[in-house]
Amino acid sequence: MSTLQSVRHWLLTEEPTSRRQARLAAWYKAWLTLRGNTLAMLGLAVLIFLILAAIFAPLLATHDPFAQDLGARLLEPGEDGHIFGTDSLGRDIYSRLLYGARISLYIVALVVMVAPLVGLIMGTVAGYAGGWLDVVLMRITDIFLAFPRLILALAFVAALGAGIENAVLAISLTAWPPYARIARAETLTIRNSDYIHAIRLQGAGPLRIVTRHIWPLCISSLVIRVTLDMAGIILTAAGLGFLGLGAQPPSPEWGAMISEGRQYILDSWWVATIPGLAIFSISLAFNLLGDGLRDMLDPKEDT
Amino acid sequence: MTDATDGEGRLRPSFPPWLTKTLKTLLTVAATLLGLLLVTFLIGRVMPIDPVLAVIGERATQEQYEQTYRDLGLDQPLLVQFFIYVSDVVRGDLGTSIRTGEAVTADIARVFPATLELATLGTLFGVLLGVPLGVVAAVRRGTWIDQLARLVGLVGYSMPIFWLGLVGLLIFYGILGWVSGPGRLGIFYQGIVEPITGMLLIDSALRGEWAVFRSAFSHIILPASLLGYYSLAYISRMTRSFMLEQLGSEYIITARVKGLSEWQVIWGHAFRNIRVQLLTVIALAYANLLEGSVLTEIIFAWPGLGQYITTSLLANDMNAVLGGTIVIGSIFVAINILSDLLYRVLDPRSK
Repeated sequence: MSTLQSVRHWLLTEEPTSRRQARLAAWYKAWLTLRGNTLAMLGLAVLIFLILAAIFAPLLATHDPFAQDLGARLLEPGEDGHIFGTDSLGRDIYSRLLYGARISLYIVALVVMVAPLVGLIMGTVAGYAGGWLDVVLMRITDIFLAFPRLILALAFVAALGAGIENAVLAISLTAWPPYARIARAETLTIRNSDYIHAIRLQGAGPLRIVTRHIWPLCISSLVIRVTLDMAGIILTAAGLGFLGLGAQPPSPEWGAMISEGRQYILDSWWVATIPGLAIFSISLAFNLLGDGLRDMLDPKEDT
Repeated sequence: MTDATDGEGRLRPSFPPWLTKTLKTLLTVAATLLGLLLVTFLIGRVMPIDPVLAVIGERATQEQYEQTYRDLGLDQPLLVQFFIYVSDVVRGDLGTSIRTGEAVTADIARVFPATLELATLGTLFGVLLGVPLGVVAAVRRGTWIDQLARLVGLVGYSMPIFWLGLVGLLIFYGILGWVSGPGRLGIFYQGIVEPITGMLLIDSALRGEWAVFRSAFSHIILPASLLGYYSLAYISRMTRSFMLEQLGSEYIITARVKGLSEWQVIWGHAFRNIRVQLLTVIALAYANLLEGSVLTEIIFAWPGLGQYITTSLLANDMNAVLGGTIVIGSIFVAINILSDLLYRVLDPRSK
């Protein structure tokens, strides 16, 4: 207990003695604020639950998600040990949901690795370089912003061919412009600050200044935006899956599962409804967490 | 979109500021549209489907293949091809749809009114419910109604629209039987009304065919209100934050001190000042619904632009897909520019 308290004290001290202490303290204070936001914590809890479910899917699943059993088609939830019932090919919906969580998180992870990075590079380069490069890069950004996202993603997937990887690529291609805008705005405010001048006088080149001194300061606003966007990414991915352009059957992608259950909606409501609830809960969780993060890092937004 | 057009009018004195502003706006629009075409052009070029085979079929001879190859201009350099493409699009030629065998422009003109009708009615729902909800949430900040508005928004941002459509069909059509199922019109009413605008509600009302009107209404009400829910989420959230900004300012205190009724303070003072901002938001919501209708149209078998694009897509009909993309993209740009212009004209501060 006393060590815990001393750690707490060390974290909350007014005068950090090392860079590491200051950084950890900032994280800890942010966590304390976030912890006070019930809805954000609820979102976080749901996400952790889903991530765990995805990781331990093989252990939690009661059936093989791909095993068909035509004798057990469209069983109601609870019947015969199928918690959420079975689909039109007799596959266990609960087990498929668990494996589907892996696909959703996989898509989100890939998009989150690509889109913000592209936006960060475009935005900081445009903001730091200025001049014609800024004009050209921002015009490109505006063109992509002018496109409706789902339609653009549709067109990309149409050109590249259906599949998860292409869906990820298409979503990333449509998702980066807002990040470029944010990164550019941040860069413009940082660019002329004294410490950047000081570093430049010390002889740092543009590459070093951008990557080592501007990027770290853009991260927090990007993280908020990314968290708020994750719901949109999931919904777009599910939409592509629903249209048959994302993950291909028999993959247990949630959007594709809804599409498969669509024709049975009036007789066997659970086949399409349950995967939809899964999509809804994961997007809602991301939105709640994102809202909480925004309130925490940027309190003025909520006035 | 707004960045470049937000330019300040203090350029050289030889040009009046409104002229430079207009020129700048026009340039921005032109550049954006050209970029849009470049993107669709490149998409059309990278696709793995052979455009020649798509036209002549697998069994054509080598000569036929080469003839078509030349006819399509594929032997030209890419830049020339792009130039031809742009000039075609500017002349209103989006190519021929392989699936329907008709000009893509004609196809789109035929299906677009259905989408427009759906999106317009949806936006109407969103505005009529979303604006009051946002205002009340701002006025009663922190109360249950504010929480409700927040919840409505969050749920709207998190719900897959195609799933909501399915569940809506299940409940209101399958179980309750309050509305009609998929499609635009009951089977007995089809072909009665000669199209005028292509929008069934308007056409049937103009022709006085009230039975048709009722059937059309019971078909459109569910998809339109579900779509409307999405713009409701957005519009109410924005209204709330605009109102909060106004309610915090000093002239509101003055108005209250003067002894005005709460109603006058809210609607007569605060709301008056957010109308222009709100108009921009509504325009954006409208543009978003035009796009959001893609998935809704699939669920409700609604014969609109969204369904046209996706069906063509699954049939590898690239001309139709890209044509639809261009049309929706251009509408997006147009709505953005229009709302920008409206803002300038209506907001006295921007002068």
